[in-house]
Amino acid sequence: MNESLTCDVVVVGAGVVGAACALYAARAGLDAVVVDRGPVAGGTTGAGEGNLLVSDKEPGPELELALLSARLWAELAREGLGKAVEYEAKGGVVVAGSEAARAGLEELAAGQRAAGVEAVSVPADRLTDLEPYLAPGLAGGVHYPQDAQVMPALAAAHLLRASGARLLTGREVTGVLRGPGGAVRGVHTDKGDIHAPAVVNAAGTWGGEVAARAGVALPVLPRRGFVLVTEPLPPRVRHKVYAADYVADVASDSAALQTSPVVEGTPAGPVLIGASRERVGFDRSLSLPALRALAAGATRLFPFLAGVRAMRTYAGFRPYLPDHLPAIGPDPRAPGLHHACGHEGAGIGLATGTGHLIAQVLTGQAPGLDLGPFRPDRFTEEAE
Amino acid sequence: MRTDLAVIGAGPAGLAAALAASARGVGVTLVDAAAEPGGQFYRQPAAGLGAGRPEALHHRWRTWERLRDGLAASAVRVLTEHHVWCVERTPQGFTVHALLGPEQEEPAEVPARAVLLATGGYEQVLPFPGWTLPGVVTAGGAQAMLKGGLVVPGRRAVVAGTGPLLLPVATGLAAAGVEVAALVESTDPGRLARHGPALAGKLPEGAGYAARLLRHRVPVLARHTVVRAHGDDRLTGVTVAALDAGRVRPGTERQLPCDTLAVGHGMLPHTDLADGLGCRLDGLAAAVDAEQRTDVPGVWAAGEATGIGGAALALAEGHIAGCSAAARLRGTTPDPAPAAVKARTRLRRSAAALDSAYAPPAHWPEQVTDDTVVCRCEEVTAGAVRDALDLGAGDERTVKLLTRAGMGWCQGRMCSAAVAGLAGCPPTPSRRPFARPVPLGVLARQHYSQEGPS
Repeated sequence: MNESLTCDVVVVGAGVVGAACALYAARAGLDAVVVDRGPVAGGTTGAGEGNLLVSDKEPGPELELALLSARLWAELAREGLGKAVEYEAKGGVVVAGSEAARAGLEELAAGQRAAGVEAVSVPADRLTDLEPYLAPGLAGGVHYPQDAQVMPALAAAHLLRASGARLLTGREVTGVLRGPGGAVRGVHTDKGDIHAPAVVNAAGTWGGEVAARAGVALPVLPRRGFVLVTEPLPPRVRHKVYAADYVADVASDSAALQTSPVVEGTPAGPVLIGASRERVGFDRSLSLPALRALAAGATRLFPFLAGVRAMRTYAGFRPYLPDHLPAIGPDPRAPGLHHACGHEGAGIGLATGTGHLIAQVLTGQAPGLDLGPFRPDRFTEEAE
Repeated sequence: MRTDLAVIGAGPAGLAAALAASARGVGVTLVDAAAEPGGQFYRQPAAGLGAGRPEALHHRWRTWERLRDGLAASAVRVLTEHHVWCVERTPQGFTVHALLGPEQEEPAEVPARAVLLATGGYEQVLPFPGWTLPGVVTAGGAQAMLKGGLVVPGRRAVVAGTGPLLLPVATGLAAAGVEVAALVESTDPGRLARHGPALAGKLPEGAGYAARLLRHRVPVLARHTVVRAHGDDRLTGVTVAALDAGRVRPGTERQLPCDTLAVGHGMLPHTDLADGLGCRLDGLAAAVDAEQRTDVPGVWAAGEATGIGGAALALAEGHIAGCSAAARLRGTTPDPAPAAVKARTRLRRSAAALDSAYAPPAHWPEQVTDDTVVCRCEEVTAGAVRDALDLGAGDERTVKLLTRAGMGWCQGRMCSAAVAGLAGCPPTPSRRPFARPVPLGVLARQHYSQEGPS
């Protein structure tokens, strides 16, 4: 069925970032249409753990975006979406296995505190007050009360529903309509055109391709991760718990497999264990070495997990840009085109802030954060 | 201990494959989860039950005796109570990863040069109001109770659903002294007649069942379906109704009292291990060539895993696969018995005919009320699935993400087809990288033994 539509803004991508863009655009009074080649949450969102983290970010633009996003998530939860998206303000606990790691963690926490993060140092002998099942012998840790969690697929679906935007799934954007002077006029899809003066590229790992269809370059690449899911358990892991080396892995440029355990319970009962990182393109095949390393890391943190069964595992692909910062904001190379992609493993958490900033730009307001570091054309200049 | 060929599954296909390969001089290890070889088809009563005439519960008992005696006389190494959770590709070939015994906590590994997947199939049951009541069992479950436990599940039973399995279940229950109130088959017998030539080989078998149904006075309700199971804390009866073009014909509902309902809607192939190895699937079954090779070098597949077709077809495919694996491992030419090759051609034709003839009623989701539980592990109702569709899910995977349907202990084996049906999309193979749950401690120990402690 072909139909031609007209609206204020077309959001490409029905993942959590697209959903948040649609929500805040609608709240700013814009008529939004969300289009996705697959279903809701069909890409990285559906493979995510739902981390809303400030703890794993070094001071800088990404941390500022994370703090803004954390406030907005808490606001949405208070407005009544909390239950539907399984929002839990559970807090995070980062633990250090050695004295050297503890010193590094303390240094990071000091910088984060200066940037507005709540970070409470926890001496080794108080760790089990927070997490009774933690392994003995850890050197200490830091408690981050602002870390939270949502169920990502539910978050995308319910943010979209709350936006009231028209949702067109199973519809692929095949081109971006450009007018005289190169201004964006909407998108061409396999089932008809959608006309709008603004287009938001929230296509996640597919964001580079959508940019290319608009005639601009955006080097979004996939970074594979596996998650292990255990059998349902009574609540034993209270926070989001991870080892201090996770922060180093997140910021790493290495292509090889890296695993640092991130362990967390879920309201439904299973414990989720992440997070491996490797650059292998879009290869979805099972990697037992990655899963073994995850299991080893998780049982090192929580020895009781050795007797718990992994029920399933799945792979996802984090969309990343070379400097590990997302692309957020208008693209001067194609007036009317906006990007909201490349959030790597932090897209669930950073979705609200991203959507909020995009809506501000779309309605001609000054954005609440400096978008300079997120400029989508920053890689082009380097190439020239 | 390293082996040339690891055969996974000791049902008809696996047994035939192991014997054929072993007879051709390769070292074979036969791995199976059960305590005894035989699979579901040749399920044996536990020795302690002292069954006097187990053969009374089976047809083709002589084929089983030949396989059993052949196995005893062969050099095949048999590993029972090995629950395989994954087959890993290694530089030397493959490693079959299993968990031992009923507890499934201790690991065992079988390194092999080649792997033959004879993982069989499992029963499909579609939901309807009341299907979770105690007293409702799967058709295959009822048969397994008869074969394995010599237990009769009730006193008055209804056998319902669709597919060739319903006939032996109804006659088996009747022969064991259960009053079978009705055999309720949703398929139109005319559809089977249309496939006459392809089913020629199946006709004597069908005629035998018809005679037995007649002898036990089992009423057959063709083009009928069970619309609801009744009872407070256990089954007391069912409502059946006539079907018209895949829909319940209004005004035809009537109640049948019973304490057991054996229900089944056909079989699905077990492809978790094949999919985990990266083998191409054809629809829901593992795709194989004329020698039963998958598209992954060193991996063969035979029997129900490559398409539902019954024990006789599984025997033929197993034999052909075993001959091919042995020849390819030894650098010779495969020499399967010409009779097996002919039988495979004929039986695949009749399997395809049965498959297109037996189908659940086209509009079965209409009978599923919103309060009917669809995913029993996670207690997800049909209403929740419909809400997810309203939220923007258009496929099975997204319904799963939004509702948790299929995320529980059975990993969607029970509800996957039902969720797809309710979503109005064709069933797709589910990815289950772990064919069964594996303790994290087992994975962690493998990490340390391979990488060294960190």
